[in-house]
Amino acid sequence: MMYEEVATGSRTRRTLTGAARVLFALKIDGPLVIGLALIAAYGLVVLYSASGQSMPTVLRTVARLALGTAAMLLLAQINPNFLRRSTPWLYAAGCLLLLVVAAIGHIGLGAQRWLDLGVFRFQPSELMKLAVPMMCAWYLHERALPPSWTSLAVLAALITVPVALVVVQPDLGTAALIAAGGALVIVLAGLRLRVMGALLVLAAVGAWFGWSFMHEYQRKRVLTFLNPQTDPLGAGYHIIQSQIAIGSGGVFGKGWMNGSQSQLEFLPERSTDFIFAVIGEEFGLLGLLVLLILYVFVVARAVYLSTQTQDTFARLLAGSLALTFFVYVFINAGMVTGLLPVVGVPLPLVSYGGSSVVTLLAGFGILMALYSRRKLIGS
Amino acid sequence: MPAVRIKDHWREQRLFDQRSLVCAVIMALATVGLIARLYLLQVTRHDLYSDLSQGNRVRTEPIPAARGLILDRAGEVIAGNQPAYQLELVPEEVPDIAKTLQSLVEIGLIRAEDVDELERTIDSSRSFDSVPIRLRMSDEDVARFAVRRFEFPGLDIKTRQTRWYPNGNLAVHALGYVGAISEQDLKHIDRATYAGTSLIGKLGVESAYEQKLHGTNGSREVLVNAQGRSVDRQGAFVPKLHTKAPVAGDDLVLSIDLKIQRVAETALAGHRGAVVAIDPNNGDVLALVSLPGFDPTLFGRGITAAEYGTLQNDIDRPLFNRALRGTYPPGSTIKPGIALAGLTYHVVDPAARKYCAGAFHLPGSSRMFREYHNEKHGWVDLDDAIARSCDVYFYGLADVLGVDRIAAFLAPFGFGRTTGIDISGEKGGILPSREWKAKVFTKPADQMWFPGETVNFGIGQGYLSVTPLQLAHYASIIAMRGKIWKPRLVAAYRDPHTGAMKAVPPEAEGEVNGVSDEDWQRVVHGMIGVTQHGTAAAIGLHAPYTFAGKTGTAQVFTVAQNEKYNASKINERLRDHSWFIAFAPADEPRIAVAVLQENGGAGASAAAPIARKVLDAYLLDADGKVKPAT
Repeated sequence: MMYEEVATGSRTRRTLTGAARVLFALKIDGPLVIGLALIAAYGLVVLYSASGQSMPTVLRTVARLALGTAAMLLLAQINPNFLRRSTPWLYAAGCLLLLVVAAIGHIGLGAQRWLDLGVFRFQPSELMKLAVPMMCAWYLHERALPPSWTSLAVLAALITVPVALVVVQPDLGTAALIAAGGALVIVLAGLRLRVMGALLVLAAVGAWFGWSFMHEYQRKRVLTFLNPQTDPLGAGYHIIQSQIAIGSGGVFGKGWMNGSQSQLEFLPERSTDFIFAVIGEEFGLLGLLVLLILYVFVVARAVYLSTQTQDTFARLLAGSLALTFFVYVFINAGMVTGLLPVVGVPLPLVSYGGSSVVTLLAGFGILMALYSRRKLIGS
Repeated sequence: MPAVRIKDHWREQRLFDQRSLVCAVIMALATVGLIARLYLLQVTRHDLYSDLSQGNRVRTEPIPAARGLILDRAGEVIAGNQPAYQLELVPEEVPDIAKTLQSLVEIGLIRAEDVDELERTIDSSRSFDSVPIRLRMSDEDVARFAVRRFEFPGLDIKTRQTRWYPNGNLAVHALGYVGAISEQDLKHIDRATYAGTSLIGKLGVESAYEQKLHGTNGSREVLVNAQGRSVDRQGAFVPKLHTKAPVAGDDLVLSIDLKIQRVAETALAGHRGAVVAIDPNNGDVLALVSLPGFDPTLFGRGITAAEYGTLQNDIDRPLFNRALRGTYPPGSTIKPGIALAGLTYHVVDPAARKYCAGAFHLPGSSRMFREYHNEKHGWVDLDDAIARSCDVYFYGLADVLGVDRIAAFLAPFGFGRTTGIDISGEKGGILPSREWKAKVFTKPADQMWFPGETVNFGIGQGYLSVTPLQLAHYASIIAMRGKIWKPRLVAAYRDPHTGAMKAVPPEAEGEVNGVSDEDWQRVVHGMIGVTQHGTAAAIGLHAPYTFAGKTGTAQVFTVAQNEKYNASKINERLRDHSWFIAFAPADEPRIAVAVLQENGGAGASAAAPIARKVLDAYLLDADGKVKPAT
């Protein structure tokens, strides 16, 4: 075992080029970063068109991408052991901040998602996208797998508390992503299939329960999803217009900056949540396939990296981060194409705005940290 | 304490790999599902969504077609199109709407009391829509605004086409008018073809030839964004949009001769009545007058309730088309017809003289049928009876003929039914008969025909009623010795672009059968006598052509058996209606005319001079010589 690793290492070292050597030193995975860069570049091209040819919008996004890249590079340098040890503190701090946000929101009588730190607005829910899977992985890493019933109960609580706090903000999209991040850790930990079945039943009950706690507009979204034509000018408008945009794009699209649905503002939130429809309209089915191929490549590479890590914490966390990225893409594409209800989930690395870009890239930074130090972790 | 489970790293690694594989498979399936969805939207349903997207981005705006002109037979414009000016305001371009409206009040373009209403209208409009704030601007208003335009950003003068009648009231009852499309109109027009059209023909030629005049509206595609604002560019590009040019409506050339029309209207001016002149050779209506009239332009530019009320409540009923819809007893103008019946049925010897003592009694009845003004004509033959309009002669003749034969004989002349002129609204009047009486009256006692009614029929009183148009039609049939042409107002269509004329062929309707040429001549001779030594001798004096005529006086007010009719003593509106029919030249007729002057008194004094003016205007040149026939 040791021999093979050394052999692999030495063989790698022999064939490394200059650039690769730099990447290796920076703990960066080349293919993954190239995939992410291609998606971001594609996104900028689309965003220029979707924003109505607004260069400032593109530049702001470039700035956010730079910030995210910095976070990614920084987190890639972190020692996984340090990361693991600080996980409970991070989780606790996140939950506390969510409570603060909820309290401010309650006093301010309205939706509240962020804390104003003066310099920038910070969304604790973004932090929880990373902290929840980390916490789940931390909880499981020293326990025998597959997890016991007791562990599952604890994990359920660990996930439910922050998710509930985000749901009441209310931010259904982020809540779904946080829950997915935690749930995927449990799935990867080897949850038995019949337990999964039982959980599905539980989820159905939970859904019914959740329905009774939902805001009117959230319920409306769900109902509209089930039948958009019931409210073609109201809540159904988004879905109908985005399907018209995608469908009218055809195979080859109407051409860059020439989509009537997006350029003439029939498509709502065209540069944010519905940017997928802009691609569909202007670049057609081919443009969307190219995008999906890039996403699948990134996810596949990330999953591959996660399988190469060697301890439970790293594996579970890395796997969860990789799969969450796919969930992101699928929820967004699904809602824009009418497969899923409209929940506010941006298209990763393409949609304009929000701190999600930074969180996403930070997640990949953690993933690369876990991968590059895979041999240093002892347990 | 439960059994301690030992952490098995190998097993966990295997488990993780398995779960990763399961997740990978699920993700692959999800991706395939997503692609299938995209295929459905972008390939299978592409056409549907393309149409929807096109429907979103393009608004089709109609381009109204120019309405066809209406010309008289000489080509003079009777109805044309003219731009109307209105002031419009684009809210988002006006810095201070309240102040702007105030300034407009100060320069007198809008009224102070309208400001609140205008502000509400502006508030409820989209900020980029042009809101009309002042309609129907005069040239002076336009000029007043133009010099201060720089003070009013966001305001502009817009033009739209409206109907224009350069001669005002002239021939309005033939022409009709255009007005706003009403609920009633919407029932019988295709809304799609009228998109963009605001005015529709309401009466007369404007209504009857609506389809010809309207043309085909075009359309223009306009790129709009989600707010409905029209925009030039779609993203970075200017898309190609389609425009369909409108096709202007056909121009109509009327049979009306405006020169004759003017003469007739001038001659009748100040009175209530009607003049209808027809070319007996083809049915062309040369003049169609009903007075008083009204200004058709009022309706085109939007008539106010007050204006309409004034027209409707006017005791002289200017909106009432007397020429087509006014029914009156024809009085003595029916006598040529009765004479023709007598001759054709051989119940009268034209040379036989009968004595007129001023009154007529049916055998075995004490009821007296008076002569007009109790005149005594002495011994008269048929010719005299027509020329001097002897009632006693025709009382007797009618009695001999009987109602059945009179009704049957007069029917081909067009009485009791519409003439079929090419505009709508015409009334058919009444041609009484036994059947008619039985049908119209409900009480059995009234359903019977009395011999006295036949006697009255003989001098055109009683149930018989006719319109001026019918009487002109009747005059033309006599003029043509029985040949019948359907009266018509539109003689040709003209293509507005090429100017190519397409004549409308006149419509022959057969002839009056069974009357010998000799009998026609006898009656026409009697009618020539009217204008030479008969009742209308005064107006026939010095006419450079021979003309045949017949006076008529229709009773409005029944004088009691033992009273005298005294025109000066009774209310003007209860006076008799004055009739005159004529055609000229008597041997080769070129014009037939019927004149009605309501409450004008005797036909000879009121209606006949008007008819003479019309005949002169048509037949004579500037030097007073008869123009050669064309």
